[in-house]
Amino acid sequence: MAQEKVYAIPNITTPNTPVIFNPDICNGCNQCVEVCQIDVFIPNPEKGKPPIILHPEECWYCGCCVNDCRRPGAITFNWPLQQRGYWKDKSTGKVFRA
Amino acid sequence: MTKWHDLLKEEGKPPDWPYPIRYEEEQEIETDVLVIGGGIAGCWAAISAARKGATVALVEKGDTIRSGAGGPGCDHWCNVPANPLSNVDPDEWAQHMAESMYSNGIGTQIQCREDYDALLEMEQMGGKLRDTGDEYVGAQGRDEKTKFMISPRYTRVHSYIPGSQKPRTFKSNPDQKLNNVVIRVWGTTFKPALKKECQRLGVKIYDRVMVTSLLTEGGIQGARVVGVTGFNNRTGEFMVFKSKAAVLAAAGNFSLWMLNTELAGYNTFRSRNSTGDGVAMAWRAGAALTLMERTGIMMLGTGYKHTWYGGAGDASYENVQLVDANGKKLPWPTQGWADAGAMRPTPEDMEKISRGVQTGEYALPFYGDFPAMPDIERRATWNLMLGEESTTKIIIDTYNKAGFDPSKHLLQNYNFIEGTSPSQWRTAGGGGPVLDWDLKSTLDGLYVAGEQTFSAGDHSYAAATGRYAGRKAADYSQQVGEPKISKEQVALEKARAYAPIKRSDGIEWKELHAGIARAMQYFCSEYKTESLLNMGLDTLRDIEENHVPRLYALDPHKLMRSLEDLSLLTHGQIILQASLARKASSRMLNFFRIDHPEVDPPEWNKFVTVKLENGKVKAGELPLTYWGNLKDNYEAHNKDYQGVCKG
Repeated sequence: MAQEKVYAIPNITTPNTPVIFNPDICNGCNQCVEVCQIDVFIPNPEKGKPPIILHPEECWYCGCCVNDCRRPGAITFNWPLQQRGYWKDKSTGKVFRA
Repeated sequence: MTKWHDLLKEEGKPPDWPYPIRYEEEQEIETDVLVIGGGIAGCWAAISAARKGATVALVEKGDTIRSGAGGPGCDHWCNVPANPLSNVDPDEWAQHMAESMYSNGIGTQIQCREDYDALLEMEQMGGKLRDTGDEYVGAQGRDEKTKFMISPRYTRVHSYIPGSQKPRTFKSNPDQKLNNVVIRVWGTTFKPALKKECQRLGVKIYDRVMVTSLLTEGGIQGARVVGVTGFNNRTGEFMVFKSKAAVLAAAGNFSLWMLNTELAGYNTFRSRNSTGDGVAMAWRAGAALTLMERTGIMMLGTGYKHTWYGGAGDASYENVQLVDANGKKLPWPTQGWADAGAMRPTPEDMEKISRGVQTGEYALPFYGDFPAMPDIERRATWNLMLGEESTTKIIIDTYNKAGFDPSKHLLQNYNFIEGTSPSQWRTAGGGGPVLDWDLKSTLDGLYVAGEQTFSAGDHSYAAATGRYAGRKAADYSQQVGEPKISKEQVALEKARAYAPIKRSDGIEWKELHAGIARAMQYFCSEYKTESLLNMGLDTLRDIEENHVPRLYALDPHKLMRSLEDLSLLTHGQIILQASLARKASSRMLNFFRIDHPEVDPPEWNKFVTVKLENGKVKAGELPLTYWGNLKDNYEAHNKDYQGVCKG
């Protein structure tokens, strides 16, 4: 297996993955790029491909990119680890976390 | 391949900036009415000015389709006492609300009189406000005839804290029926409908444009506002707008004390874009501002991020009983039908809960007992209220997809386990331009709406005040002469705004932001004295003189963030100046001076105002009810009001 090229890049900003795109469903229409009020995304240089997440740490998790997506499943929300909520089954007492 | 570094690996180089760079280009636009900010207030202002026949330009930092605090949605149309199911008189309700110290009587009166009209217009535009699909038949508050869903909020207790206001019988509601002044709505439908209506009416929308300054006649501070400068935050193109009247409908300021810029969005209920640009530019233009010394405590939301009345009371939404880890009921109001809309425990109950936690009587963590609710109320809270409110739609979708079932599962609450100490991270507390009965600021040609009015209210307040300011601005624009802008003022502003892109080294926006925030945390926080406040001013002056000239921005987006920092810097200076001017403490303003410890002494129960005059700070004051009789003055200023727009 060929060695993958390693670049010298700064630390990845945190949080960095507010959404996960499914490239099989997303057709790169860039609706999410337009509804995002803070420009978390930029269009992919290659037409028809999912947008690039450029400013993830500016996301305010309003959800409009997912809510307004015309192709269900193309974008999934991905909450930062520290924000994930808990709940408990009332009958068994088992605790869950999203 | 969706992350920046993925692309780097694939292409062997970072992506090119995706938009054309046009720093050298300039556009000049002329309009009767210019609206600054395309959130709820801004869209309504644009629509109402256009309906009056004015030409309108709307300038928005993001995209009007979903921008602003109310862009994602809205679950309650609050304070709509003019609705047909209300049991109180709108004027009496407005008077009652305005009795709260340091409220905005003018904005409140407008909201109470007109937000039902706005709501009906919202429906004409395509917004959904009735249970037309009969999804919630049987829910308390649902009216079969109108299909409106009345909310339990303010039904009897018009306060988030029960007991904090004296029981009151309204003359218009002598039998003490439920007040019925809040309507649940399907607010995720609102913002796209507003943008569509703007377009239908011919409003020229300039999305992705940040306004950087107000232009005044002759470039003189305090003179009539005749336009603005701005730039496109994707291309960097410079824009000059000439207007006969402007409506300031920009966002509030929610990150001035936030040391960590990454927290500025997802934990604060407001987007990263809320940086108080409007107030900062109004100040520089010479408008008088008030209540700038008031600050709020910023509670950081956890468990997803919707911080709600005291932070992460996530599970205590309407009608949801809070229980401890063993299922024991807590004396925590449900802000529902059972306790008439109260949202927070009384101080006595809070003490009881706190003691119970210490002694083991109440086991942590707490939970919202959704399964104990009647099915119809559970659906109304989970699907309708949380499904339509601002940023909570994506939250409940996330829970649903992860397997949460509100009929079986208790939703965790984060009170106590996230600590109970007040955060040093504060919010600028809703000061803004002094305004009159036309929602005009102290500058001719400048009107204000929504969060730019001091002591602003919520979504329906933004709608009603925007709608009102738009029509007043349109009227004014028909009476005044052509605006004349000063080329020198434009050139000076262009030099200021573009300075960061001429450098590629120095200090970038995140560090500058943190530096400003730290100064506010040290010198304008819980404990204030004259010398601390002056140290704050000295620090901000040092930042302005020695660090701002080193500010650099590598692209138009970072230029926007850099200029937002400069708004924050100005905002901090205004807050410090206003804090120096108020020489007394005040509980209502969350303002405590060690050197002036007396709390709310009668002689200081007044609005303190500050403004710039020839570059010098000038403080003044206004009586608490400077607006006079609310009903009489509203009517005197709105003799030609047409009510609901026909089509």
